[in-house]
Amino acid sequence: MNYNWDWNVFFKSTGIGTEIYLDWFISGLGWTIAVALAGWIIALILGSVLGVMRTLPNKTASGIATAYVELFRNVPLLVQLFVWYFLVPDLLPERAQIWFKQDLSPATSAYLSVVVCLGLFTAARVCEQVRTGVQALPKGQNYAAMAMGFQQAQIYRYVLLPQAFRIIIPPLTSEFLNIFKNSSVASLIGLMELLAQTKQTAEFSANLFEAFTLATVIYFVLNMSLMKFMGWVETRLRVPGMMGGAK
Amino acid sequence: MMGFDFSQIGPALPGLIDGMVLTLKLLLLAVSGGVALGTVLALMRLSSNRLLSGASKFYVNYFRSIPLLLVITWFYFVVPLIFKWISGEFVAVGAFTSCLVAFMMFEAAYYAEIVRAGVQSISKGQLNAAYALGMTYGQAMRLIILPQAFRKMMPLLLQQSIILFQDTSLVYAVGLMDFLNTARSKGDIVGQPNEFLILAGVVYFVISFGASTVVKRLQKRLAV
Repeated sequence: MNYNWDWNVFFKSTGIGTEIYLDWFISGLGWTIAVALAGWIIALILGSVLGVMRTLPNKTASGIATAYVELFRNVPLLVQLFVWYFLVPDLLPERAQIWFKQDLSPATSAYLSVVVCLGLFTAARVCEQVRTGVQALPKGQNYAAMAMGFQQAQIYRYVLLPQAFRIIIPPLTSEFLNIFKNSSVASLIGLMELLAQTKQTAEFSANLFEAFTLATVIYFVLNMSLMKFMGWVETRLRVPGMMGGAK
Repeated sequence: MMGFDFSQIGPALPGLIDGMVLTLKLLLLAVSGGVALGTVLALMRLSSNRLLSGASKFYVNYFRSIPLLLVITWFYFVVPLIFKWISGEFVAVGAFTSCLVAFMMFEAAYYAEIVRAGVQSISKGQLNAAYALGMTYGQAMRLIILPQAFRKMMPLLLQQSIILFQDTSLVYAVGLMDFLNTARSKGDIVGQPNEFLILAGVVYFVISFGASTVVKRLQKRLAV
């Protein structure tokens, strides 16, 4: 194959101001991280609430949470993104519509949509993990807390959740990594995150292979380092005597 | 506030069905290719040859740590170049083939992990018994281990395929006219993008939800 590899392309000028291509990648990575972290905060909070609801004896509460999970798990992420970006703004009151469509910069409105979308999408997955974690605890924990005179809220706050969250760190980690990968759909509504910047670099510089290789390496390294970090968190928080974690 | 008007969906139905046919065709081919490649990767991973298992492990970790959308976009550009490289002349590969290759290779990493767990769940005695009957490794795998493993992991493979069904909508990125993309463009043409988007969401939901309900029932029936 006669393809001319040119790794210096990242230090070449993009022709726009004084930017070099590497700057595009850095700003893209910044957006990717900003989307993933903000989405993760929503997912973690909402997912925990829903997960607790699913384990409650109250039929209405667990029914609502179950319906939420089924809805958000069975509609493709891209359809959900289009719903948040195109459909929902049209349903807003007129003032809010003008604000969203005209006052906000395109990047901000895309950012808001994708954060809400990924947050709610991932919350359904977090909910399932939290439920699994709570259900994995021995029933005796619940009964013992009741016998001590705890109220339901206290049982969750002081007994069940602190243990459940530590058990589910590994599956939560993979959801955390997924939200970084899923944030790439933001490129389809015009947010210049990592994938969009990669495509743009490939088109501007014609150095296709280099651009996509760099993007792959960035995602790979990001993934691996987050995994290592979460592994460290997990060993730090492990409950002695549980899951072989005596320390 | 705006009202919804679903009147234009009827006339658009033939086009929408074509889109769904393309989605399902892509899904079926990607699942068969993905499971086949995934099985090979799983057997490589389980082999005692360090080189083979190392290569398979790297493959799986690599594809699991990058976004599917990146793979689709990259392959869209790269697959034609590779075809040209192999055959020496330029062939128009088309978005469908490049997407199919991307899905197969990406999903194989996920299927490989399922198959590996399935094979490992079969007791060692089965393999030893096959050897005692004079079977070679290939025969033992093909006739004894894999049929049992596949029966065990069928629910997981189907569940993963339902996820893949939803992920096929990402071909939107390269302009392939699958179900979602058809619905979007038809909706834009008649000026009812929201209605067509809702329709697309409902159809995806009904199919995925229906399929996963069936899979859950199957799982209960297969459970020993």
